[in-house]
Amino acid sequence: MAADLPTSRSKSKPVAGDAPIFDVRGLVKHYPVGSGFRLRRNTRFIQAVDGVDFAIRKGETLGLVGESGCGKTTVARTLMRLEEPSAGEALFHGKDIFRANAADLKHMRRRIQMIFQDPYASLNPRMRVEQIIAEPWVIHADVLPRSQWAARVSELLESVGLLPDHAQRYPHEFSGGQRQRIGIARALALNPEILVCDEPVSALDVSVQAQVVNLLERIQSTFHIACLFIAHDLAVVRHMSHRIAVMYLGRIVEIGTVERVYRTPRHPYTKALLSAQPRIDFAKKGGIERILLQGEVPSPASPPSGCRFRTRCWKAQALCAERSPALVADGPNHQVACHFPVEVTDAMPHSRPPIAPGNKHSH
Amino acid sequence: MSDVAPPLLEVNDLRVEFRSGREIVRAVNGATFSVRRGETAAVLGESGSGKSVTAAAIMRLLASPPAHITGGSIRFNGADVLGAPMPEWRKRCGLDIGMVFQDALASLNPVFPVGWQVAEPFRAHGILDARAALERAEALLGRVGIPEPHERARDYPHQFSGGMRQRVMIAMAIALDPKLLIADEPTTALDVTVQAQIMDLLLDLQRERHMAMVLITHDLGVVAEVADHVAVMYGGRVVESGPARDVLSRPAHPYTLALLESVPRADIDQQQLNPIVGSPPDMATMPTGCSFHPRCRRATAECRASLPPRIEMRPGHHAECFRAHEVFDGR
Repeated sequence: MAADLPTSRSKSKPVAGDAPIFDVRGLVKHYPVGSGFRLRRNTRFIQAVDGVDFAIRKGETLGLVGESGCGKTTVARTLMRLEEPSAGEALFHGKDIFRANAADLKHMRRRIQMIFQDPYASLNPRMRVEQIIAEPWVIHADVLPRSQWAARVSELLESVGLLPDHAQRYPHEFSGGQRQRIGIARALALNPEILVCDEPVSALDVSVQAQVVNLLERIQSTFHIACLFIAHDLAVVRHMSHRIAVMYLGRIVEIGTVERVYRTPRHPYTKALLSAQPRIDFAKKGGIERILLQGEVPSPASPPSGCRFRTRCWKAQALCAERSPALVADGPNHQVACHFPVEVTDAMPHSRPPIAPGNKHSH
Repeated sequence: MSDVAPPLLEVNDLRVEFRSGREIVRAVNGATFSVRRGETAAVLGESGSGKSVTAAAIMRLLASPPAHITGGSIRFNGADVLGAPMPEWRKRCGLDIGMVFQDALASLNPVFPVGWQVAEPFRAHGILDARAALERAEALLGRVGIPEPHERARDYPHQFSGGMRQRVMIAMAIALDPKLLIADEPTTALDVTVQAQIMDLLLDLQRERHMAMVLITHDLGVVAEVADHVAVMYGGRVVESGPARDVLSRPAHPYTLALLESVPRADIDQQQLNPIVGSPPDMATMPTGCSFHPRCRRATAECRASLPPRIEMRPGHHAECFRAHEVFDGR
């Protein structure tokens, strides 16, 4: 298994200079709130996703991070057309997924596959692993002649680290990590160009999580598949992604290469999010200070005017309430939506020195 | 160690099994750890490692049947916990031990206002009348960071966000100024920025009230940041324990080491992750000998045959492994 791994870095470089294979522009998804009857005009809307733009190149992994309710899963679901978007376009090789008719959509979906969060809920308990992995070929009958199914299933199982014998078993016979591998094998059955992974390792135990992260990385680099990797875990995203987009309350607040966003975050929210991540580091004592955000995420049904983060932001000024900041370039491969981006020299508010456990009780 | 105070809580070789029909699930097969006042002891483990069952056993919350405590002892404040008559223990536990659970929505009563629920300990123990209890509850809600506590005390649990509900739970847990606070995955269901707020609150309260805290968690980062001591559980046993800093910076058990190597990090750029092969053991069919041997790179015939000894690496730092010295020395 380790033989075909690139030695230096498991993350392969995306093909530079390529036109994006996937281009999302102005994606909006509003859900109406209230009763089923909507006779009145002034229906309120939950603004789950409110104008999201990003592009993914061939072989590239874009990490999409944010806390619960920020709209990251809604983005994934609209891209798969599991939900209908309210506005915007999603160009896949120049063709808009949102406006595709049933036949086109079926063809596109062959190239875009999804891996779900819950490995228990996303596999049909009454189907054998073989049937689960072969199901895409039933739907897309021209991909693989039936005579080759069994051989291909064995091949796919091996490529995700399972045994060919496992094909005859049912999902309940597998552990969480193994089920997630089955889900990955199913996603690979149609040789997709892009994988949409919605929190693929969040439900797994720490010791198993690393196995699946490594597997996804290996698959991504060997088959050169692009990936939209959605997660709330900043560490996993850092490990998986080339570029990262940070969402807050339905909008992307910062997007850029992993190196830039993690080393020099420019949006106050990104900075706070990164500082809140607990870390295992005894060497860097007094290094990073923790920013404790005040208050809570406002409701997406009535988001604040202007910048949506301003109600919790220590740098907010009058302008932030008036004008919504646009996502603008900030250095190479880095964009930020903030009127007053974080400078390295900034004093941090509400912060406290990190706790040094060993020193707390130095009797 | 120069600490003179005896431990407030001492768990010694605790064993718990669940019997249903013919199946016996040995959830805890030997858990040993202790915590002093003003200290935080983390019990670290993955799902099924027995950490939550250990916490429930301390509180005597396990229903029997199916749970049976088959061995070991728990001492709280010098007195035997498991042998105490239930009514007496209930009273003492209620006064001296507070508990915070992972799922605040499931732990709060949906049909009563939160103020009433936070005031319950004062009423139940006959400390204050209903009116005074409610006033104290409001003060507590304010202390745990709920804005406008007087008004919010009348709201119901569903009207609070996840983080705010966890604050309500904490207010209830600290109401009677307990000597010990047991927090079972208190931040697991929360987002990372909220998690930071809640951990911060717990630590503040702990210092202010000089409580002991047992923190049940699966998160190495949380342990590294807040715990004084850590007990690493695997397959129902505490396989390594000691000062958190010592254990995490220089582990002596292969499982602890492997866990540290397999966790992705947000603060540094890593090369490949080094995962642990296989999956955690099934409690109904535990491996013989050391329960980690099927996943351990260093396993030998000895590990498969017999239970490894508990070796002291440094004062207070123990590991249950035949090859602990090898791991400890980085060989």
